[in-house]
Amino acid sequence: MGADAVFRVEGLRKSFGQNEVLGGISLDLFAGEVTVLMGANGAGKSTLVKIVSGVYSHGGGTMQLAGKAFDPQTPAEAIRAGVVTVHQNINDGVVADLDVATNLTLDRLSGKGASLLFKPRNVRAEAKAVADRMGLAIDLKARVADLALADRQMVAIARALAHQPKVLILDEPTSSLSSAEADRLFALIDRLRAQGVAILYISHRMSDIRQLADRIVSMRDGAVSGVFDRKPLDYEGAVNAMLGRKIHLDRVVARSSAQAVFTAESLRIAPGAKPISMTLGTGEVVAITGLVGVGKTALAETLFGVRRPLAGTMHMDGKPYAPRSAREAIAAGAFLVAKDRAASGIVGGFNIERNISLPFLKRMSGFGVMKKRAERAVARRQIDELGIVCRSEKDELSALSGGNQQKVMVARWMSQASRLFILDEPFQGVDISARRDIAAKLRASADGRATLIFVTEIDEALETADRILVMSEHTIVGEHRNADVDLDRLLAEVAGGPLHSAA
Amino acid sequence: MMRDYAIRYGFIVLLVGLIAYFAIAADGFVSPQSAVFIFQSVAITGVLALGVTATLVVGGFDLSIGSVATSAMMAASYAMVVLEQNAIVAVIACLVIGVIVGLINGWLIVYMRVPDLLATLGMMFLLLGLQRIPTEGRSIATGMTMPDGSVANGKFSEAFLALGRHRIDFFIPNLIPVSVVVLIVLAVLIWFFLEYTRFGRMMYAVGSNERAAELAGAPVKAYKIWAYVISGVFASIGGILLAARLGRGDIASGNNLLLDAVAAALIGYAVLGAAKPNAFGTAVGAVFVGVLLQGLTMMNAPYYTQDFVKGAVLVVALVFTFALSGRGKR
Repeated sequence: MGADAVFRVEGLRKSFGQNEVLGGISLDLFAGEVTVLMGANGAGKSTLVKIVSGVYSHGGGTMQLAGKAFDPQTPAEAIRAGVVTVHQNINDGVVADLDVATNLTLDRLSGKGASLLFKPRNVRAEAKAVADRMGLAIDLKARVADLALADRQMVAIARALAHQPKVLILDEPTSSLSSAEADRLFALIDRLRAQGVAILYISHRMSDIRQLADRIVSMRDGAVSGVFDRKPLDYEGAVNAMLGRKIHLDRVVARSSAQAVFTAESLRIAPGAKPISMTLGTGEVVAITGLVGVGKTALAETLFGVRRPLAGTMHMDGKPYAPRSAREAIAAGAFLVAKDRAASGIVGGFNIERNISLPFLKRMSGFGVMKKRAERAVARRQIDELGIVCRSEKDELSALSGGNQQKVMVARWMSQASRLFILDEPFQGVDISARRDIAAKLRASADGRATLIFVTEIDEALETADRILVMSEHTIVGEHRNADVDLDRLLAEVAGGPLHSAA
Repeated sequence: MMRDYAIRYGFIVLLVGLIAYFAIAADGFVSPQSAVFIFQSVAITGVLALGVTATLVVGGFDLSIGSVATSAMMAASYAMVVLEQNAIVAVIACLVIGVIVGLINGWLIVYMRVPDLLATLGMMFLLLGLQRIPTEGRSIATGMTMPDGSVANGKFSEAFLALGRHRIDFFIPNLIPVSVVVLIVLAVLIWFFLEYTRFGRMMYAVGSNERAAELAGAPVKAYKIWAYVISGVFASIGGILLAARLGRGDIASGNNLLLDAVAAALIGYAVLGAAKPNAFGTAVGAVFVGVLLQGLTMMNAPYYTQDFVKGAVLVVALVFTFALSGRGKR
């Protein structure tokens, strides 16, 4: 590793208002190496990428490219200097309605020296040169919209490579690819590595990381929390550095449950994934943890009827349970506090009271007419119980803090009794005190139902659950009673270590 | 605080001010007959506007209402004049057309994923053409010659014409036309439905955050289709009233129905600072347009200024809704 870095970032800072997102990041990229950047949501990865690619300006620190100062003011400037980024959303990188050849040469349509007329023959010749250079076997006349996702991704990358970059940044490139498609991408990355391109690869997928990484840099809370470059790479260490480990002052007293409420038998939620079997008991709080993209949300949605399992059966209270919609799941007593409250929870035009009553309008109406007094009483009780800070139940949700908005979402589903209460990332974008309130309320009210929470942060699982299940590659790979958790084993499972038989 | 009041009551104040102005400036503006005339002039557009409000509530839009109304008018005329059926058959035929068009619109939008504006625009053109096919583009009136050379001898039944022409005694004899009663009844119905029933509540939820509504167990697709059915049925009721008022199936009538109805519904956003589609606002919006036009007519403003004034009012109302209340981001 004696060589000088091609690209060097030192002490990079960035704040949005009061909120410091990057607190002095330093990062080196070397020619012919794949550096993997890991970090949980909100760690600052995207911000870093946006600064490097010229989308954001930085608030301190320096960047150097091949020994020269590098400070792009626009994305175009970064590309011209040789730092090329393929963003996470594939469709941002291609124009769907144009053909492949035009896409590959799009950047030459404008700017200095572009000719006034569009010459299809020249375009095709140039595009062919670009495609050949990276061994792209795609019909150049095909419309991008007609291509498979992986091919589109290849076009986006090929388009980036037409600039002959020194540094290539790939932001979660496999998040929407199948494993066969991903293999093609990896072959391409190997080729680029051999050509001496410095690659920054951002991903959560441990299998990708194991296959590609020459070095791993972990980020947490806007700072680099670990650099791993000694072979063999310490994957568990990298995951640990990314998730962090704090001292837990308020560890829970783990309960165990005798009576099963919900069981899943050989449930398969993704093609090629190992089946999942689990039993959730009455009165217990079970946390499922795992990195982003391992299928936590897919499992939550399967249990809630929004998604159909590929195979396997479920039972609720001993009766077969195969919901085909959220409606059927709710009727059977399974409730879900969905991930990302802004997109899938909050009804913006409704006040607190109406947001809480939303799923239970039928129970709060007679002959279809709303019983407003009953509705208000329920809302007031929930505001009291969860300690929602507001002026009254008539407040709009936009007036509440993130933590209080989340409390309203939890209150919505706690306002009626459930058999299986599922919460997907209930602590996302929630301040610490609201998080404590919600966790305490979940535990205090856990009797009479099974509670299942999906969290990426291991801390949140340790603070809330009686039992912790670990997910990796769309299946459950480990189980821990939250009494004397073997954290090393847990982290190894999160990092996708040797597979134990499913719990 | 001033701003809150301006947003909340601004449009009502504007309406009251307008009435006060016309009362002073135009002789005979303030009289029961004048008030009834205003209501009568907006009865049909008002009914259509109430229907389109339902689609706006679920986050959709229905551009086909105008042509549904004229299709219903032509169908009623055809049923009575050509097929020599009675009023009940004619009314049922119209309502069936409204239901079918609503179902097709809903199906196109929900299952075929055609954007609402485009689906209903297509339906609008389709109906504009379809309603002319049976008579090969002729208007329908008693004694007309059919394409095959025969003469249509049926006529509008008295009971049907009464829907458009009969006036009910209300303190003053023969004061209130049936169409105004229909408007008021439908307005109250849809208002109660949207504000006080769980179905109306869920429709608002669907319009505001479809995914949240779905995850709360709402059959989102069904709600959306129902909204278009409501819109279609209201439009066909508007068509019945139009046929009853004209007494013939006039292919040239109903040109302004769509734009006037949409204007009323959108003006309704600004009423009481609702910043969302609502039945009460739509009714006020329709009356607002009616007052404006009646006043201008009584002051001898030329007819061609009417569209300009309507457009200007709509733009002002939209500014009230989106810029001032800052809640435009739906």
